[in-house]
Amino acid sequence: MELKETILKNLKEKFPAVNFEETEFRGELTLTFDKKFVVEVCSFLKENTELQFNMCTDVTAIDWAKRKNRFTVVYQIYSLSHKFRLRLKCNVDESDCSINSVSSVWKSANWYERETYDMYGITFNNHPDLRRMYMPEDFEYHPLRKDFPLMGIPGSLPLPKKD
Amino acid sequence: MGLESKLKQDNFITTKLDAIIAWSRKSSVWPMPMGISCCAIEMMAAADPKYDIARFGSEVMRFTPRQCDLMIVAGTVTYKMAHVVRKIYDQMPDPKWVIAMGACTSSGGMYRSYNVVQGIDQFLPVDVYLAGCPPRPDNLLNALIQIQDKISRTKARDFPNKPLPELKVLQEN
Repeated sequence: MELKETILKNLKEKFPAVNFEETEFRGELTLTFDKKFVVEVCSFLKENTELQFNMCTDVTAIDWAKRKNRFTVVYQIYSLSHKFRLRLKCNVDESDCSINSVSSVWKSANWYERETYDMYGITFNNHPDLRRMYMPEDFEYHPLRKDFPLMGIPGSLPLPKKD
Repeated sequence: MGLESKLKQDNFITTKLDAIIAWSRKSSVWPMPMGISCCAIEMMAAADPKYDIARFGSEVMRFTPRQCDLMIVAGTVTYKMAHVVRKIYDQMPDPKWVIAMGACTSSGGMYRSYNVVQGIDQFLPVDVYLAGCPPRPDNLLNALIQIQDKISRTKARDFPNKPLPELKVLQEN
């Protein structure tokens, strides 16, 4: 059995209540599911001996601007033993702009989630140290949101005085 | 400089104090290598034997601002980094000069974006702007020569002893 089918079979057995929407593009599998189950699904994918997705290569987000679920959080994970890449997506709405942190599953997710928080303003619940990654800590905006102007908001980033 | 020939003859010269101070200043411009990104590679190349910045008396790249006369800002300055650059500039003793090396430092360059300062002259007094992305080492030497010309036109009394900026100012910046 191909690993793709193994993943789907295992997930459906373990989480019968969760609806996994699968799409495949150029041989890469993407699973979209409810954000409530993100920690359980991720730790299952990591701990299951048949799957062993033991590496989290990236966590990022997409801002769809006008869609009902404005944001999509994207997890790129990799199974070193199976040499298999998997993409997980969870929709997050602006009214409840938060998702549970997976940094307890993969330690590398810690900084990726900080970056996503900095750039998109999505809060990661139970994150050990959710500070901004790139922008100054007192910065008020989230630059990769679609409504953020390219040249920034004048006066939001102070410069030193020129004598 | 033809000084050697003078030594053989009378063994002394007459000059103005301003002239000899300016001459010694311009012949030993010690740079502060503020290498922030790729321009720093060309700045390092300017110090190698092929281009040899030592010919102009500027081979002593000091990594402490206390011993520097010239700040070569080589690379993209972000809004976060601007405060660091200014803090280092404030620690340099007077008189001091600044080269804005490359397109990014002079105008933001290709980074027309919210996070890059569109020209370091918004927070630093720049003496020479240097075109190129990155500029070639000989272009940096050209900028150094222009700084030397500028120094040779100065008078010693142009630079009175200025008190160091107060700690409060440094902390604000």
